[in-house]
Amino acid sequence: MLYSEKVMDHFRNPRNLGTIDDADAIGEVGNAKCGDIMKMYLKIKDGIITDVKFNTFGCGSAIATSSMATEMIKGKPVTEALKLSNKAVVEALDGLPAHKIHCSVLAEEAVKAALFDYYQKHPELEKPEGLSDCAACSGGCCSCH
Amino acid sequence: MKVYADNAATTKISDTAFNAMLPYFKEMYGNPSSLYTLGQKSQEALCSARETMAKYLNCDMKEITFTSGGSEADNQAILTGAYLGEKQGKKHIISSAFEHHAVLHTLKKLEKQGFEVTLLPVHEDGFVRPEELKDAIRSDTALVTIMYANNEIGTVQPIRELGAVCREKGVLFHTDAVQAAGHIKIDVKADNINMLSMSAHKFHGPKGVGMLYAKKGINLYTLIEGGAQERGKRAGTENVPAIMGMAAAFEESCKNLEKNFEYVKGLRDKVAAELSKIPHSKINGDITKGLAGTLNMCFEGIEGESLLLLLDDRGISASSGSACTSGSLDPSHVLLSLGLPHEVAHGSLRISLSEYNNEEDVAHIIKNVPEVVAYLRSMSPVWKDLTEGKKQYVIQ
Repeated sequence: MLYSEKVMDHFRNPRNLGTIDDADAIGEVGNAKCGDIMKMYLKIKDGIITDVKFNTFGCGSAIATSSMATEMIKGKPVTEALKLSNKAVVEALDGLPAHKIHCSVLAEEAVKAALFDYYQKHPELEKPEGLSDCAACSGGCCSCH
Repeated sequence: MKVYADNAATTKISDTAFNAMLPYFKEMYGNPSSLYTLGQKSQEALCSARETMAKYLNCDMKEITFTSGGSEADNQAILTGAYLGEKQGKKHIISSAFEHHAVLHTLKKLEKQGFEVTLLPVHEDGFVRPEELKDAIRSDTALVTIMYANNEIGTVQPIRELGAVCREKGVLFHTDAVQAAGHIKIDVKADNINMLSMSAHKFHGPKGVGMLYAKKGINLYTLIEGGAQERGKRAGTENVPAIMGMAAAFEESCKNLEKNFEYVKGLRDKVAAELSKIPHSKINGDITKGLAGTLNMCFEGIEGESLLLLLDDRGISASSGSACTSGSLDPSHVLLSLGLPHEVAHGSLRISLSEYNNEEDVAHIIKNVPEVVAYLRSMSPVWKDLTEGKKQYVIQ
């Protein structure tokens, strides 16, 4: 099989699928031209991600990595969510085929883009070092991966 | 319920073809090159298979070279045309933008050897224009290679007219007929074809066998050196069971050509009519002038691989031209050659039916595809932007 059972499970039964109308932060990464776009919606209270939802246009692994990433940051402090790496997402899914690794990078970037949006909206908070706006990346996934 | 709807990828072997192969595994297993009776029986079998192929293509059996399949036949034909031309100082080759990779990658190899390649456009409807071929032919054109029918969208090219242009200009004409053979009538003489490739597993024969027709007088370039099999043009002990299976499958397909075409077209047209009701969907290429079973559609706002996986969960085997299914970052070159933007080409679905499909299969496809498309759209941020007017639909 192309994908692990875990990937297929998250693809078939995506966790946290949907949107949040009154989201505190939104991040969108990817490019329709390249075939995948992820959009993440966060509710944040007292520095904790209390709710997260996603919408994804993309292949099986794009949907599965989005789903897994939302599970991994839900209920976590923002500072911890910032540390989410694509590698951790891949490991949690029991691996991805080599040519699908970029989907996990996109999932990491979607979380980072949403958190960047959060810090933009809250200038009173000290923005963590190195947090950049993945959503503003002009090239989309094709040029990065 | 299981529905196999990927007959352009490969087909189920027919009982006729399967049974024709069996005696050549454990009874008549002799090497056709051997002198004794067991070997000569295999030689006679090969001869009868060659006769069958020749009969239904309207050529001489000496003009047929058995190969490992369509890709090998394409490679051999194109290299033959190129090197024959080179001897006369001709190093220009004409092809089309939506050929199979067996053709395009061979042309890339020739470009590295100093050949110049012109790829003719196929326009939005998916056809090469004979007048554009005429204009593209130069005094140094060695070969024209244009597929008989396209593998992704099924459009059948005006081969007879294209062949006539080549004949008039005195240029060798090869056609990759892998999708067409066994599905529509092919007459190499009437169609003005000099070389033609085909593959058995696309018409209910076995995998790993095909053939190259080369008109008498064309000295084929040898890809595989060795023994004197296939008049020295393709070494290696012949795959007798597979060749017997191919001949039986080809004869069966050709005898039932019109009947199968009408039946399969009836099924395909029903699927096309129903799936076209999905909003912002589009049929790729003009299917009224296409193979009976092939239907290629785009659904805006979704991606093809996730569509295929969910259809597979519902028992439907189909294919897509999205980047994720091709293993590259670009969607299918065939869909791009029709002028489709990348984001739309990613949302493509190819359904290809055969005479082994039935009305129940059609009903299953018609029920499930719209449901899966709607589900994927419900989670797609692209679709959300389209419905909220933040982006413009490409497909109206």
